[in-house]
Amino acid sequence: MVGRRRRLGLIVALAALLSACSESSPSTLDPHGPGAARISFLWWVMFGLSILVIGTVVGLTAFGIRRKVRPEGSDDASGIRLIVGGGFVVPAIVLTVLFVMMVRDLGTEASELKSAQLTVDVIAHQWWWEVRYDDGDIVTANEIHIPVGRQVKMNLSTDDVIHSYWVPQLQAKVDMIPGRVNELALQADDAGVYRGICGEFCGLQHAKMQFLVVAEEPADFDAWLQRQTTIPPADDPGLKAFLGSTCGGCHAVAGTEATGTLGPDLTDFGSRRSIGAGAVENNATNLAAWILDAQEIKPGSKMPPQPVSASELRAIVGFLEGLK
Amino acid sequence: MATLAARLTSIWEESPGLASWTGTVDHKRIGKRYIYTSFAFFVIAGLQSLVMRVQLARPDQHLVSPEVFNQLFSMHGITMIFLFATPMLSGFGNYFVPLMIGARDMAFPRLNAFGYWVFLAAGLFMYFSFFMGAIPDDGWFNYVPLAGSTFTPERSIDFYGLGILFLAISSTVGAINFIVTIFKMRAPGMTLNRMPLYVWAILATSMALVFALPALSLANIMLELDRKFGMHFFDAGGGGDPLLWQHLFWIFGHPDVYIILLPAVGIVSSIVPVFTRRPMVGYAYVALATVITFVLSFGVWVHHMFATGLPQLSMSFFAAATIMFTIPGGVQVFAWVATIVMARKIVLKTPMLFILGFLSLFVMGGVTGIMFAIIPFDRQVTDTYFVVAHFHYVLFGGAVFPIFAGFYYWLPKITGRLLNERLGRWSFWLMFSGFNITFGLMHVVGLLGMPRRVYTYLPGLGWDIWNMLETVGSFVLTLGILLTAINWYRSARNGELAGDDPWGGETLEWATTSPPPAYNFERIPIVASPHPLWDESAASAGTVSAELAEGHQTLGTSVLDAEPDQVMGMPGETHAPLLLTLALTALFFAFLFDAWFVAAVAGLGVAGAIVQWLWPHPHEGAH
Repeated sequence: MVGRRRRLGLIVALAALLSACSESSPSTLDPHGPGAARISFLWWVMFGLSILVIGTVVGLTAFGIRRKVRPEGSDDASGIRLIVGGGFVVPAIVLTVLFVMMVRDLGTEASELKSAQLTVDVIAHQWWWEVRYDDGDIVTANEIHIPVGRQVKMNLSTDDVIHSYWVPQLQAKVDMIPGRVNELALQADDAGVYRGICGEFCGLQHAKMQFLVVAEEPADFDAWLQRQTTIPPADDPGLKAFLGSTCGGCHAVAGTEATGTLGPDLTDFGSRRSIGAGAVENNATNLAAWILDAQEIKPGSKMPPQPVSASELRAIVGFLEGLK
Repeated sequence: MATLAARLTSIWEESPGLASWTGTVDHKRIGKRYIYTSFAFFVIAGLQSLVMRVQLARPDQHLVSPEVFNQLFSMHGITMIFLFATPMLSGFGNYFVPLMIGARDMAFPRLNAFGYWVFLAAGLFMYFSFFMGAIPDDGWFNYVPLAGSTFTPERSIDFYGLGILFLAISSTVGAINFIVTIFKMRAPGMTLNRMPLYVWAILATSMALVFALPALSLANIMLELDRKFGMHFFDAGGGGDPLLWQHLFWIFGHPDVYIILLPAVGIVSSIVPVFTRRPMVGYAYVALATVITFVLSFGVWVHHMFATGLPQLSMSFFAAATIMFTIPGGVQVFAWVATIVMARKIVLKTPMLFILGFLSLFVMGGVTGIMFAIIPFDRQVTDTYFVVAHFHYVLFGGAVFPIFAGFYYWLPKITGRLLNERLGRWSFWLMFSGFNITFGLMHVVGLLGMPRRVYTYLPGLGWDIWNMLETVGSFVLTLGILLTAINWYRSARNGELAGDDPWGGETLEWATTSPPPAYNFERIPIVASPHPLWDESAASAGTVSAELAEGHQTLGTSVLDAEPDQVMGMPGETHAPLLLTLALTALFFAFLFDAWFVAAVAGLGVAGAIVQWLWPHPHEGAH
């Protein structure tokens, strides 16, 4: 039975490690919003109960194996008491309590959804996220800005297959299903950047379909929203290079002739933290590599390799990185 | 006596040679085939998982491409669920149910042979996709619209859809055969309340299969109609609904968990009493819990869909139903624990080690299972490595550990030779520790936000070290499995002779030789106790019974009280099942390649094979 004791020890050690996980991990146990915090609390309650259950079963079994005095007759009565108590009475009580806690949390979640003032539409595509504010007046992609301390309602839909919208540190996931619009309220209590993940297998690049939620103080959020309406100057040489290549066929930049909708909107591209829906960090080197051959970074992505010259590339990268 | 044995041998023994090899209807030969074939699939699917573990050992690795990774996890799941777990347990059932109930064969021996051939053909059909380069890659639950023709136009998904339909024929005839065998062929005196718990489990599983499979078959027929004929069952744009697939799939899929689990815990209930030297505590509670599990399993499928945005109220009902599962599960766990606590003597041989391992892993899988009833928590960790950890504790801990216990416990009956204890212990401890390292840590990485079904991941998200350890654990686990395979191979050649009853068993399979003769029992035993081999008075009662040595015969008894009501004539060797299987295989390949003319011809072949099967053979038949 040494193995079992060691395993219990391991579980306790794990619990310690879990609570001290690294800052950048999208850990469900490092919640920064009320939704994820309620679930994290539920987890620790259930984890404690689980340890008790496992401990009881393993402990009784160990006792049964090691006991010196063996029962002689075939009297089942005390065994039956164990079955009724352990298999019926105790779980019935414990689980009723858990069920009530769950119903209460579901009620809270429903009222949070009702109280949300700001609405963001998120439309999933293979394999990126379209994000719309103000009924589509402002469009961006793969990065969702929200004001801290407010419930934000997400309208979740999909353009192709089933995806799932999940920000582990803020709120549990909800699927995006063809023909439906699902709703989810989420709130960040602290300013910060939280990783979002596609939570339903959606094909070849499910692994590289992520996004970031940027939670800002309300004033910063309003300023960000305001910046989305700025239009790049029409005589920008970079814009000319951008429009001169095939970019605008798939991508849009607000206020320009680029109005493609097959790929992510690039209006505020320079301010985004990642390229390719969380595939790599957004910097000039990565962007140049992405434009030349996105398939190298994200095989199967809908973005084909671009046959651009070195000078065109420099101009386009400079233009995109300048869109803030 | 010798003359009786000789007479029975001449009636039941199948002739050596290829014709008998392909034409056998002996439940023991068929049972062994199920076990060997499904073990081969277990090895294949296990190797697939090792490739995935190597790829995920570190972030940003490119051992395999995203395409290949998606094929690997899809085929790993499909193979383990459909081609390993169910047929392996069906193999044990085929071999041991007739022996445990004192019958000479299954009720429908030809159907039994047909079930095996179809299983083999459907398995090979699905694996033929590897030669076509179109391997199923949308996961074992194959969600639409990803699996529809728009997003996966290749034949890969047709291999899945048609393969599953093909395989369902095998599972259905197998399940019906078990139900009739258990209801009609128990030895005289084996009333329902004296039936071994293992037989109860096989009965409940077979019932569940009969009711669950139509939903899966229907879903796959709709899928193929959508894919091949442009229908719109699952197409939101055409008025269909992709959630319909999920409902139908999980109406099958959740009972399927218990279809795998129940026979496995049946093995547990067979082994625990023998190795504690006392009857199971709470026999009636366990039998009842088995049946309740089968019934309840049909009422909880929506807990696989808590993240789909269904109305909260209806989801809460399914959450409550899921929570209720704890009761039959808990009753069974505490019945085993109580039996161990009340043991007269504990025999810690390898089968019992695997059972003790099972007990702790199953309880862990059970407690995390209850967590998935709590809707907000379910939505947080579903489709992450936490759920991967959970269902491996339930299916590997809950089914594979009992299957390995079953190897050590029952292979001596099948081969006549014991497995090596020393190798067995090493195998157990390596498997147990390797399993907990691999899948225990998956709970952690899932809570840290790692989604399942990703071919790679970014460094620095707190997942790296856990993944590396999981990969190391998976190799320890593999080594443990390898030791049992070696043990199996060695013991079959020069293992210690087992004798009729190496463990001091309580049930009828230990009342005959190891391996059993073709006719199983010289005389059909008479049963007067739930533990016929332990009960002195019952054993003496067993001597007076029918010889049935006039032809291929066994005894039919009444459903509840097992009173003899007929002598059943049993068929002998025949190639009809194999011919029908070959015709069906041609039919499914014709569907696959849209070769409708060939399909029509193959359809005629199927009809012809059925006619040939049913053609009366005057020399056979009942007396």
